[in-house]
Amino acid sequence: MKSALHPHIGTGVTVVLCLPVLAGLAGTLLPAFGYLPALGGTQVTFQHFEALAAQPHILRSALISLAAGLTSTFVALVVVATFVAGFAGTRPFAFIQHLLSPLLAVPHAASAFAIAFLIAPSGFLLRIISPVLTGFTRPPDWLIPNDSLGLSMISGLVAKEIPFLLLVMLAALPQLPVANARRLMTALGFNRVSGFAIALWPLLYRQVRLPVFAVLVYSTSVVDVSMILGPQLPPTLPVRIAHWLADDDIGARFLASAGAVLQLALGLLAIAIWIGVERLGRICHRRLSSSGKRLGDDRLLRLAAASVMATSAAFIFIGLGLLALWSIAGLWPFPDRLPTNLTFKTWERALETLAAPLATTIAIALLSSLVALAIAIGLLSRSGHRSADRWLPVFLPLLVPEITFVFGLQILAAMAGLSPSIATVAALHLVFVLPYVLLSLGPPWRALDRRYEQIASGLGKSPLAILVTIRLPMLLRACLTAFAVGFAVSVSLYLPTVLIGAGRVTTITTEAVALSSGGDRRVIGVYALLQALLPFLGFLIASLVPQLLFRHRRAMRI
Amino acid sequence: MAGWTRRWATAVAVTLGLAGPAAAFDIDDWASVVSEAKGETVYFNAWGGAANINAYIAWTGEQMKARYGVDVVHVKLDDTARAVASVLAEKSAGKDADGSVDLIWINGENFAAMKRQGLLFTPGWATRLPNWAYVDHEAKPTVLTDFTVPTEGLESPWGGAKLVFFYDKARTPTAELPKSAKDLVDWAQTHPGRFSYPQPPDFIGSSFLKQVLIELVADRSKLLKPVNEATFQQDVAPLFAYLDQLTPNLWRKGKAYPQNYPDMKQKLADGELDIIFAFNPAEASAAIANGELQDTVRSFVFPGGTLGNTHFVAIPYNANAKAGALLLADFLISPEAQLRKQNTQFWGDPTVLAMAKLPDADRAAFAALDLGVATLRPDQLGPALDEPHPDWMTRIETEWIRRYGAAN
Repeated sequence: MKSALHPHIGTGVTVVLCLPVLAGLAGTLLPAFGYLPALGGTQVTFQHFEALAAQPHILRSALISLAAGLTSTFVALVVVATFVAGFAGTRPFAFIQHLLSPLLAVPHAASAFAIAFLIAPSGFLLRIISPVLTGFTRPPDWLIPNDSLGLSMISGLVAKEIPFLLLVMLAALPQLPVANARRLMTALGFNRVSGFAIALWPLLYRQVRLPVFAVLVYSTSVVDVSMILGPQLPPTLPVRIAHWLADDDIGARFLASAGAVLQLALGLLAIAIWIGVERLGRICHRRLSSSGKRLGDDRLLRLAAASVMATSAAFIFIGLGLLALWSIAGLWPFPDRLPTNLTFKTWERALETLAAPLATTIAIALLSSLVALAIAIGLLSRSGHRSADRWLPVFLPLLVPEITFVFGLQILAAMAGLSPSIATVAALHLVFVLPYVLLSLGPPWRALDRRYEQIASGLGKSPLAILVTIRLPMLLRACLTAFAVGFAVSVSLYLPTVLIGAGRVTTITTEAVALSSGGDRRVIGVYALLQALLPFLGFLIASLVPQLLFRHRRAMRI
Repeated sequence: MAGWTRRWATAVAVTLGLAGPAAAFDIDDWASVVSEAKGETVYFNAWGGAANINAYIAWTGEQMKARYGVDVVHVKLDDTARAVASVLAEKSAGKDADGSVDLIWINGENFAAMKRQGLLFTPGWATRLPNWAYVDHEAKPTVLTDFTVPTEGLESPWGGAKLVFFYDKARTPTAELPKSAKDLVDWAQTHPGRFSYPQPPDFIGSSFLKQVLIELVADRSKLLKPVNEATFQQDVAPLFAYLDQLTPNLWRKGKAYPQNYPDMKQKLADGELDIIFAFNPAEASAAIANGELQDTVRSFVFPGGTLGNTHFVAIPYNANAKAGALLLADFLISPEAQLRKQNTQFWGDPTVLAMAKLPDADRAAFAALDLGVATLRPDQLGPALDEPHPDWMTRIETEWIRRYGAAN
């Protein structure tokens, strides 16, 4: 098929879209080396790196971020891969898939709070069994969350990365000969998990490698989850950078820049270590394949993977329920399982001041995700049948820690005299939203039978007419899902909104983070729910619109 | 239109060499202030983080509109330093009139910075307000010195703050309560894991460090001056020896700290902490009314005194609506506005007025205020210890992070 767009437009768009990342990186690198004329820095110097090295316990902050990122990514990947290997195509698979999909819409911070409300010594889990089983009439003095090894933070990250990795693998599975391979491997006497691992895993992993890297970089540089669940003394590196960025003393900007460079190096180091792990994995895989060994029963392994998947989903769901209960709770002392009385005061207060941030959030999310959808359709219609790798520049925002370039962008925006507005914030959101929209729309786009278009083309339709009358209607559901994913990403963005919005563009998420720093569980409950509700509405619309539009076309409804 | 005329009049005055803030009104002729203020819009820059305080400010706005025809717009700040920065930016850009800030809720470090950089409206205005007559500047010295910096009438007092401890008498017998910082260490030893303070540089957490510093420092007069680098380590040695002793018995053994006051409040309700503290004596009663704390929670202070300070309002030198700002500052210290502010139902912030100076009816109204079960009466609050010079806090925070920042 000929492209509906001029070939150079696509290349142009990809270049334009990676510009903010590169410009932002430059805007971070230069001040790190002392160059920031606006603040009187005109000489290249290493003194800011010396200042960074002199920060107490900086190495430990960096190492904890690195370890937490690597561990959580590895655990989440192993769990999801084992689950897919053991259950793809079965009934429990469909069940857990449906259970996990809505979790994708829950912002990281909200799910971190949900987990904290469950596992803290004064949390719900201990309330259920106290004082009957534990004898505790008061919460024990245990260091959970915020434990020294970062285990709470790692489990919070694992719980949130599982749905994402599952979705990514689900999108890749239809392009693999799953049923044939399984039949062959079973006939050869392999159990399901090892059969899948030998025959299909290398093919599957190749397709999900980019999202896995994104998860790795994200978990190494995450701010909100590690503020809520991570160790406090010292906090992780990204949290410390965020504190320096918020410092009244403008000189702290140089320190933050140097910290961001360290964060960037940390991300690269994480990827390098991961590639090492991949090598090791390849060797193990080769050994396993060529040994011909038939491993025994894999039922226990499958059960373990399925239980971790189900538990992580259940944790977040029960946690969200708890958030809802706390948001209307009056006094709720330990170890009571239910609040003494209920009140809607917190909701009433929040709703009074909510209209403006809500409208801003929706406007920015609509703007950025609609534009992202249009760009994604443009890019895919040009070369959708080829793999995603050629748009690597577009995926750059997923591979570069956001804290390292958003800050540079803020400096550049200030120097260019750009004033914070909904448009500038939405433009920046677009950079983050587009890769997710592409990741979501790409697989169904490639899966659509191209013979429909060949027939239309044979009947003399122009490429544009084919796109508008054949492909887009058939892919409407996929487009709406991609839109909903983009909407969810935009709603949950915190750092870019705060830095480019300069505190003047307030969204539900900036309000949620600011207010939940107060630690009042009622306020946290209200805002975390609101934050989770908005993306959920996006997904609801995505599933309702096709039902309405196609109510007379049975095959288009699912 | 009125604004345009005034600006034009000011321009003429400047040209003729008559420039001065009193071009259109005279603060000693209060009627001229009132008539000048009519129709003005006052941009009141005040921290906006508490719903009850925001509602109180909205009420003052309604009163100003109804009584004087002055509009009050509450510019809700997340950090007062932001307002200070915008005045500073305006000054460096040469914008010496028609500034964007008319009145700031301020104290401590921010006031010191504005005073130092000459960003404030003429000295002495605060003591010439009609309602200054009621202000208790004799028994409340913090009305005249703000964190050791003399106010010189550059800011008008608005309310008081005092460090007060809260406990649940259903769990902690009143007789066992510590009576000083030294007592607190022993108490923590017998009740390990039940006391903590918000992690510095949180304002409440830093205030606890100041309280301990004041109690233990060898020579308190040193705290009234900026830090002396030569003797700093020696001056703060008792404080850090104290913390070294306290930390193993803190909540989570000092490996994690509450984030701030609301976090401590939640932990008192949960039973994780037994003693917490706040800067507003009415906090506990308000929390009980809100269902956030058990109704058995009570307050106490150290007999030797706890940290106390005053918060103020100030007018930037380039304010656009100076007459309106003066009128609002005066209304804020009227017996009526102060009575409502001290009412736990609305805010619960202690008054800066002297009961003895008030007319009988107002005095009776203050006496009749129900402060709530958990609030100490003003005469039970004990002596107020003065805030150290702002310099000390910054240094102690850095030192704290160096020593306790990697407890894990």
